[in-house]
Amino acid sequence: MKLLVAVKRVVDYNVKVRVKSDHSAVETAGVKMSMNPFDEIAVEEAVRLKEKGAVTEIIALSAGVTQAQETIRTALAMGADRGILVETEVALEPLAVAKLLQAVAKKESVDLVLLGKQAIDDDMNATGQMLAALLGWPQGTFASKVEIADGKATVTREVDGGLETVELQLPAVVTADLRLNEPRYASLPNIMKARKKTIDVVKPEDLGVDVTPRLTTLSVAEPPARKAGIKVPDVATLLDKLRNEAKVI
Amino acid sequence: MVSLVLIDFDDTGIKQPARSAVAAALKLGEVHALVAGAGVGSAAQAAAKIAGVTKVLVADDASLGHALAEPLAALIVGLAGGYSHLLSAATASGKNVMPRVAALLDVQPLSDISDVVDADTFVRPIYAGNALATVKSSDAKKVITVRASSFDPVAAEGGNAGIENITVASVPCISRYISSELSKSERPELTAAKIIVSGGRGMQNGENFTKLLDPLADRLGAAVGASRAAVDAGYVPNDYQVGQTGKIVAPELYIAVGISGAIQHLAGMKDSKVIVAINKDEDAPIFQVADYGLVGDLFTILPELEKSL
Repeated sequence: MKLLVAVKRVVDYNVKVRVKSDHSAVETAGVKMSMNPFDEIAVEEAVRLKEKGAVTEIIALSAGVTQAQETIRTALAMGADRGILVETEVALEPLAVAKLLQAVAKKESVDLVLLGKQAIDDDMNATGQMLAALLGWPQGTFASKVEIADGKATVTREVDGGLETVELQLPAVVTADLRLNEPRYASLPNIMKARKKTIDVVKPEDLGVDVTPRLTTLSVAEPPARKAGIKVPDVATLLDKLRNEAKVI
Repeated sequence: MVSLVLIDFDDTGIKQPARSAVAAALKLGEVHALVAGAGVGSAAQAAAKIAGVTKVLVADDASLGHALAEPLAALIVGLAGGYSHLLSAATASGKNVMPRVAALLDVQPLSDISDVVDADTFVRPIYAGNALATVKSSDAKKVITVRASSFDPVAAEGGNAGIENITVASVPCISRYISSELSKSERPELTAAKIIVSGGRGMQNGENFTKLLDPLADRLGAAVGASRAAVDAGYVPNDYQVGQTGKIVAPELYIAVGISGAIQHLAGMKDSKVIVAINKDEDAPIFQVADYGLVGDLFTILPELEKSL
């Protein structure tokens, strides 16, 4: 069984982003970039499924600028077998990424696609669901547990009230939530080995996909800052402030 | 221009975020509501009373029983023709189904909007709410999820909408509901609570949540929340999590106890009206967003607070 895992290059989760002074976007020049943390969890799950024997080959795909190869290398160092970069300078939206993944999933005849549930830059939480729709496959979003057996994926999902378990007929799309696993650190030998693994570079046109954005960003602004608060010395003062100043209790 | 809002509900009735989604949709024009599920008569009646809703579409069918994305998306796509905007609250269910709807309509969805500028233009938080993007969609139809904490919910009563039953076409069954494990609580829901008491890694274990935070929450009629660290450590279940990828809340009062204040947590609560932080580390980032900060040991402060209320 072949598995496709999607990885996105994003501003590192530890970076406090700044809005550009012309309000056109968030500053990404000279900022540390990393694999989207949810995608790291998806890669880890893919590698574990391979280690358990449920999966024979893992293809890691990223779509975007040339440097996204580094993100694919990280996935290869974690245990993916080969990579595909869909190279473009266009700022891709989830619909376009879903179409690219759809084309590759069909071409490679994969049985399972794993993705992070959302990217921490645009916070869209959409690509996995959209990919499943385009392929006509079932979806298991926000997964905290995945089991593959007898042509089915049993997925436990984190929902608003707690947990929900669904059974999906393969092929299927699964998106990873925080508690699916703890991703491994790639070991030095594995990083060296990953350098020898193949990354195929294709263009959206090669896959017959139109990636023209549907959204135009008119402006990007800082959120309103909270005004500075005060420290209170004790519980009595705190309660007095909450009762008589803020009037919330 | 008419919008269709997918209504979130459960056995207890219509969820407050659904009424926030209606509030957002009312900024665009006329609003119809969709109640889909199995045995949804009472939810349909309740939806008809939501202020501002002029028509309720009811899809009552066994296949819709657990709001599985596959049949629910197919249903919404079938109804989409008559509507300019398709909306839902950005709940777990809304986030699950709406992008699927969007892809089937060849539309780029607008996730988690926090404001409506005009029929094509919306504001949405990006980078864990550290930036607000104003985006204009060129798609003919808009598919939207709504950040409930950014829109005051419309009243649950006061409307008098007509109810229309719709037939549900059968779709191939490719997914199946197995089971749920839902947290039971008498307390208000996080996304609807006026007061939230939230615990972090500083709580040290789950017992301390029960022993120290729960009584305080009960005293205040508050919901109990948690940081990711507390959930990852297994102190409390996943549905307690407040943050970028958990629940987004904006109560009147948010009391953060033993929470350091990672940006991912702040993303979920910094729109609260009043924030109180209790932490022994006076340099914890949580104090930068707190209106009232109390530096000290939560194990002495919490019992004292509960006693003084």
